[in-house]
Amino acid sequence: MSNHEHGAVDHIVPLKMLVGTCAALLFLTAVTVWVAELDFNIMNIPSMNLIVALSVATVKVLIVSMIFMHLRWDRSFIGFIFVMSCILVFLFIGFALTDTSENLPDIIPGNTPDVQLKLDALEAATAEAAAAPAHTETQGDDPDH
Amino acid sequence: MTQIEAGMTHDHGHGHDDHHDHPAHLGHHWQDSTQQFEAGKLGMWLFLTTEILLFGGLFVAYAVWRANHPEIFLYGSQFLDTFWGGLNTCVLLISSMTMAMAVTLAARGKMVAVTICLILTLMGAGGFMVIKYIEYTHKFHEGLLPGMAFYDEPSASYMWLPLDQQGREAEAQAALLAEQESAEFAVTTQRESEMPAAPADAEVWTQPAAATGPEGFTDSKLKVETSELRMFLPDSVIAKVEDSKPLLEYAEDHAPGEHIHLAHPLQDPERPVNAQKFFTIYFLMTGLHGIHVIVGGIVIVWLMVLTMMGRFSREYYTPIDLGGLYWHIVDVIWIFLFPLFYLI
Repeated sequence: MSNHEHGAVDHIVPLKMLVGTCAALLFLTAVTVWVAELDFNIMNIPSMNLIVALSVATVKVLIVSMIFMHLRWDRSFIGFIFVMSCILVFLFIGFALTDTSENLPDIIPGNTPDVQLKLDALEAATAEAAAAPAHTETQGDDPDH
Repeated sequence: MTQIEAGMTHDHGHGHDDHHDHPAHLGHHWQDSTQQFEAGKLGMWLFLTTEILLFGGLFVAYAVWRANHPEIFLYGSQFLDTFWGGLNTCVLLISSMTMAMAVTLAARGKMVAVTICLILTLMGAGGFMVIKYIEYTHKFHEGLLPGMAFYDEPSASYMWLPLDQQGREAEAQAALLAEQESAEFAVTTQRESEMPAAPADAEVWTQPAAATGPEGFTDSKLKVETSELRMFLPDSVIAKVEDSKPLLEYAEDHAPGEHIHLAHPLQDPERPVNAQKFFTIYFLMTGLHGIHVIVGGIVIVWLMVLTMMGRFSREYYTPIDLGGLYWHIVDVIWIFLFPLFYLI
């Protein structure tokens, strides 16, 4: 059995390591926020900012899962389950994106009919309010008249 | 680091009959505590897998919508405050740390410290929800709502006014302010005229200009200028100076280059078609995540109660470990949500 390797029932992560991990994660958060301000378009790679942001997020998730979630010391089968679920999500996203890239992004160009109805109603209401300001709002609001 | 628990009854229980001395937490169908713990952990991870796949569906929706209409996401993201999002990220990360600490301390048998760590984690959960509440109410107030509700009139009437009317209101406010100041000015000049004239070589003292804003347009300087001009310039010119006052004051309070005014999307001619989709996916994803935070908070309360009841020991703290795993996956999801919504 692996009792000697595991200690009581499980490996124990030292508190200092947890604090250090948290500090690293907070630092990486600051890095993502800072990096988001930069413009990577000079490198002529579209959506480079997104790639950088997601890379930092992936590193953060790796740190959280390895240390906070204990994967580094767990059986590799548990890590396998976690990685497989991530791969399945990527497959899901990948196939959905390849499919959607084969289709028109807009089946209905512009606003959909129901949105257009709402917008028209709003426009009419605004015009009505502008036409008769005397009995809808107090006159003090509108210094031009 | 290995820690060998010498006093454990089940330490070498593999193979021998443990009916007579098996610990209270050990189910009769388990060989030993380690087996029970590992089985529980495997079960929890399988559950976390389903959680990842649950959010995976929403991530697919996000990816497809954003791939088709990146402009909607670029536009909508402006309405989210990176400060609150970043603060929430920090809150979750720190609460994740305290949760992991609770597991470590439980394995060392320090149950009072475990309770304190769980309370800190719960405060993290509460803090996260308070910040989310602030963000959500702000969005609700301004009518930045998901789906068709986006096209309803927002309750924040000032946001709803057409842009030029918003400007006129600001001007009216500024005019009122100028009126009051000129009345004050009249009183002080009257008082000054009663005083003896200053000697000709007296130094003119002016207030030092504020640090921010364009040079030469600070409020204090403007006051001096208008008071001097008032003596010999026609009223219409002075009125123009007064009119520009709110702008100058605004420049004084805000750093140059700062993004100052965001029109309500419905009043914004630059709004991309179907801008509501950003808020739809924003509320769906952060909402589902928020539900998970609430559930995590309930789990932590439950763990706290059990800890205080003395149910856990260094031999048995499986629920704390597994509850912690759940709390960490909530953190993991947020780590992806934060850049995807706030940092576009």
